[in-house]
Amino acid sequence: MIAAFGQVPGLAASHILLAAAALLLGLAISLPLGVAAMWRPLLRRVALGFAALVQTVPGLALLALFYPVLLGLSALLGVGIPALGFLPSLLALTLYALLPILRNVVAGLGAIDPAVIEAADGLGMTPAQRLRLVEVPLAAPVAMAGIRTAAVWTIGAATLSTTVGYPSLGNLIFSGLQTETTALVLTGCIASAVLALGADALLGLIETGVARRSRWRIVGPSALLLAVVAAAGVYSFWPSRPAVVIGAKNFSEQFILARVIGDRLEGAGFVVRYREGLGSAVALRALESGDVDVYVDYAGTIWTNAMQRTDTPPAPTMAAGIDAWLRGRQGARVIGPLGFENAYALAMKPRAGVETIADLAGIAPGLRLASDLEFLDRPEWRTIREAYGLRFADSRAYSPTFMYRALSGGQADVISAFSSDGRIAADGLRVLTDPRHAVPSYDALLLVGKARAGDARLRAALQPLIGAIPVAIMRQANYRVDRDADKETPAVAARWLADQLSRAGAQKPATK
Amino acid sequence: MNAAPAIAFRDVTKRYGGVAVVDGIGLEILAGSFVALVGTSGSGKSTLLKMVNRLIEADAGSVHVDGHDVLAGDAPTLRRSIGYVFQHVGLFPHLSVGDNIAIRARLGVAMPDVAGLLTQVGLDPAMASRSPRDLSGGQQQRVGVARALAGDAKILLMDEPFGALDPVTRDRIGRTVRDLHDRLGLTTIMVTHDMAEALLLADRVLAMAAGRIVADGTPVEMLRAKDGPAAALVAVPREQAARLQALAAS
Repeated sequence: MIAAFGQVPGLAASHILLAAAALLLGLAISLPLGVAAMWRPLLRRVALGFAALVQTVPGLALLALFYPVLLGLSALLGVGIPALGFLPSLLALTLYALLPILRNVVAGLGAIDPAVIEAADGLGMTPAQRLRLVEVPLAAPVAMAGIRTAAVWTIGAATLSTTVGYPSLGNLIFSGLQTETTALVLTGCIASAVLALGADALLGLIETGVARRSRWRIVGPSALLLAVVAAAGVYSFWPSRPAVVIGAKNFSEQFILARVIGDRLEGAGFVVRYREGLGSAVALRALESGDVDVYVDYAGTIWTNAMQRTDTPPAPTMAAGIDAWLRGRQGARVIGPLGFENAYALAMKPRAGVETIADLAGIAPGLRLASDLEFLDRPEWRTIREAYGLRFADSRAYSPTFMYRALSGGQADVISAFSSDGRIAADGLRVLTDPRHAVPSYDALLLVGKARAGDARLRAALQPLIGAIPVAIMRQANYRVDRDADKETPAVAARWLADQLSRAGAQKPATK
Repeated sequence: MNAAPAIAFRDVTKRYGGVAVVDGIGLEILAGSFVALVGTSGSGKSTLLKMVNRLIEADAGSVHVDGHDVLAGDAPTLRRSIGYVFQHVGLFPHLSVGDNIAIRARLGVAMPDVAGLLTQVGLDPAMASRSPRDLSGGQQQRVGVARALAGDAKILLMDEPFGALDPVTRDRIGRTVRDLHDRLGLTTIMVTHDMAEALLLADRVLAMAAGRIVADGTPVEMLRAKDGPAAALVAVPREQAARLQALAAS
């Protein structure tokens, strides 16, 4: 937990930088647009309509939508536009900031007494002089109120940037939600609320300063705001020893393994940083783009999703194939398998005569399937369904924790389980076997990005993990984090796991 | 008094939706004269006035100020040398009274003598630091007149300038403006629907109806007209005065 609080300054700094950049870009677009829309009713309708439409798109979806857009743009222009991380976050948040600013600029300008405009014209002001001397000062207080709203929205929505691989206070919230660590969720929420309220208060002071035309009330809070943003910039960009960035997808096993890797690297003298809560597809791209140096992925995931393969060769063949494929693309490599498999499997409460997926197929039409959020859209599901002719009465997607609850609570009969999940043993569930080998191997593979692929010291530090983690140990470590009572943080579970490994190593000297 | 025309209208027409609001007016206004434009609502008097400082531009014909076609240069430059006062005043609420009067200095015109202008319109120079919001309607319009004249305007256009004021304030501020007109040697056009005000303040009264000038004369000539539009316009205040006299005598 202490370690989690230690992350707050760094995450808050990058959170602030993102929100500030999005707000500035939003201002740069919506202020001139609002002024231009003043005398152009059609432009006003189109701009306000577009901004309002953007607001109806859920934040997560908006962020996700930028990924294919940027990827397409990158392909179209033939230049490497980063589709993950800062850029999509910036663009999505900027779009969110447009509406409140635009609406208030238009409202502020529209509320100006027509007599004042007539007087300005009658005195011989050019349109530019009228804008500068009359319209801007009169509309400024209303526009400031819109800027305040935009700032609060932007800071709140910046937590979502975690999902596209940009570090923010959302890292705490998402990893806390995943591991059901309320303290982490609260830390993330409170930190982001403090930022939002702080920005709101300072902008509020500037707003009264603008309304009362008091110079120091404008300059003082503005200077403080700038100082906070500058401090965040210095904190984020201060040259430090280049850190090894360890990635983790958004579930407990990944958080634990990231810490196991991190602890080993720190023990070897590396500075490490974590990028946690990455979406499954995001993680591999982050490795290839160099945003992440090391992370654990599963053979079948890369094989079917990224490589689009449909055959299911033996595990060593797959590992070699993945290594060759990665190297041929962006120079990333497979260091080796960790020794356990985390396969997509179907699990249920033990039932007489149902041992395999083939057995399940006969009774499935009367059963309900609960799956995790990805499963129903994954090729594995299609393959299993077609191989066994599976049809369920109903299938619903849950976040993993609620999926297990649905099964124990009787809202579902079959779940899409992960074979290394500690709750399988703890809940006394049966993992149905796959006699037709419809699903490929899901060996956990330790991957390294191009920049660190040739780092012998790093490889040496991680080598003891290769082939060293049996599935029973991984399940227990996962259960320590996922269980409902007496939960451990991933960091604590990682130390427990490392202890188990060193004990095992002491008992039977390494043969590898 | 200079006898050259300061403002000339040559066959000026302005249409809105096919209807001629100003219909082929030809008119010369001599420098130094105080002209009142009277007529019912919709007679075209405000439109005619606003064509002088190009707040409205003519569809046909031309308007000349000091011999120059107003459409020849750019509008802001033209307007900076013409004072414009209208019923709703339009003081800038975010600026002090003094800054309102001095606003033309920020348009590249020489800095006016704010205290002097306030004194000329009958206000205390100490008022310069006040906010326009704290002023009465009459005081606001006096500031409006001071602001219009800052920058040494020699032409003063007034569109229903005292329409929103009570009769007592209206009478006082009317006298102030007439006094300023004489002292500064202005050429003044005042649009009003109040015939009595027009007769008492102006040297020349122009009556408009349906976009045309239907009567043109000095106040005395207007009062002496036996029939026609002028007589009809004058009849109202004259009859009111007679009734007031009869009431007092009874």
